[in-house]
Amino acid sequence: MSGGTKGRRTLPGFGLTMGLTLTWLSIIVLLPLAGLFLKTFELSFAQFFEIVTSRRTLNALKISFGLAFLAALVNLVMGTIVVWALVRYRFPGRRLFDAIVDIPFALPTAVAGVALTALFAQKGWLGAPLAELGIKVAFTPIGIFIAMVFIGIPFVVRTVQPVLIDLDPEIEEASASLGASRWNTVTRVILPSLTPALLTGFALAFARAVGEYGSVIFIAGNLPNVSEIAPLLIVIRLSEFRYADATAVAVVMLVVAFLIIFLINRVQRWAQTRVPAF
Amino acid sequence: MTQLDLITTVAPVRVREISAEHDARTEPRLVRLAIIGIAVTFLSLFVVLPLVIVFTQAFSRGVSAYLAALAEPEALSAIKLTLVVAAISVGLNLIFGLAAAWAVAKFDFPGKTLLITLIDLPFSVSPVISGLVFVLLFGAQGFFGAWLQARDIHILFAVPGIALATTFVTFPFVARALIPLMQEQGTQEEEAALSLGASGLQTFFRVTLPNIKWGLLYGVLLCNARAMGEFGAVSVVSGHIRGETNTMPLLVEILYNEYQFVASFAIASLLAMLALVTLVVKTILEGRLQEGQVPRDD
Repeated sequence: MSGGTKGRRTLPGFGLTMGLTLTWLSIIVLLPLAGLFLKTFELSFAQFFEIVTSRRTLNALKISFGLAFLAALVNLVMGTIVVWALVRYRFPGRRLFDAIVDIPFALPTAVAGVALTALFAQKGWLGAPLAELGIKVAFTPIGIFIAMVFIGIPFVVRTVQPVLIDLDPEIEEASASLGASRWNTVTRVILPSLTPALLTGFALAFARAVGEYGSVIFIAGNLPNVSEIAPLLIVIRLSEFRYADATAVAVVMLVVAFLIIFLINRVQRWAQTRVPAF
Repeated sequence: MTQLDLITTVAPVRVREISAEHDARTEPRLVRLAIIGIAVTFLSLFVVLPLVIVFTQAFSRGVSAYLAALAEPEALSAIKLTLVVAAISVGLNLIFGLAAAWAVAKFDFPGKTLLITLIDLPFSVSPVISGLVFVLLFGAQGFFGAWLQARDIHILFAVPGIALATTFVTFPFVARALIPLMQEQGTQEEEAALSLGASGLQTFFRVTLPNIKWGLLYGVLLCNARAMGEFGAVSVVSGHIRGETNTMPLLVEILYNEYQFVASFAIASLLAMLALVTLVVKTILEGRLQEGQVPRDD
């Protein structure tokens, strides 16, 4: 390097950009989130416990977490199938379907909500044939589940896709040349290498479904204790000016969301340090 | 040797090679067809159909009813508010994203991982909670509620509250698009410019900015799509004042609940088109970003 400078020359602007970043982060994100926890401290533990364990709150949390878990499981299985088809096979429209996977990310949630409701309503394109089979989707918990599956589709596909593309083909060839059947190669060689990505995708889909509001409330029916999700309960408590109740539910959801991020980080660190077992 | 000879002598060998490779790295034909079939059916039913039904519902009473719904004063005011709020949030997050990416990507400091985690935080917060935190700060019973009321400053149930909640929700987009890109590019080009006598700002505008322009556009694109489409957070802070604090997604809900399905889906169709345009531009930008990486590899 010219100029005879010793070592790395430091670029200007660290103080300015770092100051701006920290100030902005504090004002927009940290202060508001801290306010949420401060508000909870205004409650005694007994009050907090009473709100969180009331029948309606418990049921809302159960519905949100339980259905989100089921939806993430479906996304795990269907996402694996979709990503396999997109990466490993060539078929007409493959690139189009690849792009389509991102639609649940890009489509505003309220639009997804009204569209899914129209689709699965009793006279809708999918609702009518399902109604003949005796399955009612719209305005039931099944509707919540369907909406959660919809918004979770991209997560598993997009986390697994780069890993599957980068997977060393020699591993598979070695497995096959050593006499493993294709089924054994897929389940014992390929799937274990995809496990960290699959888990991450699953966790992301689950976290998104738990907090989801817009795409769910139209199709849910919103009957307390039956088809009322936790985010909707927060909105209802706010409209009743019961701020403490809203805050308590929010804190439970937030703590679980942070736990999920923590677990995802652990899974990814584990994946990076793990030595492949072949 | 005739052409026929070529085919008969060469072809069997090649066919055997290909099929051998196929046996090792792919599944039987029937399994392949089944997997493709399941994937395509799943995506068609769950993703394509919802998108299609938005447009069929919007046009179910014809083009004139569709256009009339969009020309309603309420629709126009929602469109205008959505554009204003998106412009504010994208502008603020553009400045923040550039600053954060410069600090994180070009310098080493303790706590960098923590800072990136904190920047990502809004992605893992439920939209409703993103709205709730601002109600707790600025609402009548909130921490600053009394202070604001005494000075007749309206944040909640007004444009500032909607813009704040939207900025919170879209906070990570630009920074997240820029940080990995700028980390990969390193600091050599900037150092060279500075050692040749360029000022800090000149270096940024003439060296850094041209290098990151596609990544920056990518972040702004996703930030804007989310800002215009945000529903949960905005719904909590908006107050739903007709013709004043309803953004397009909120108007979709209100019209839908009033059984004005054509009008509701007409607004929804505009947002769906925004999503489609975003996806197309995103695909183009991803191509540009990958192209940009090729010369650096050799």
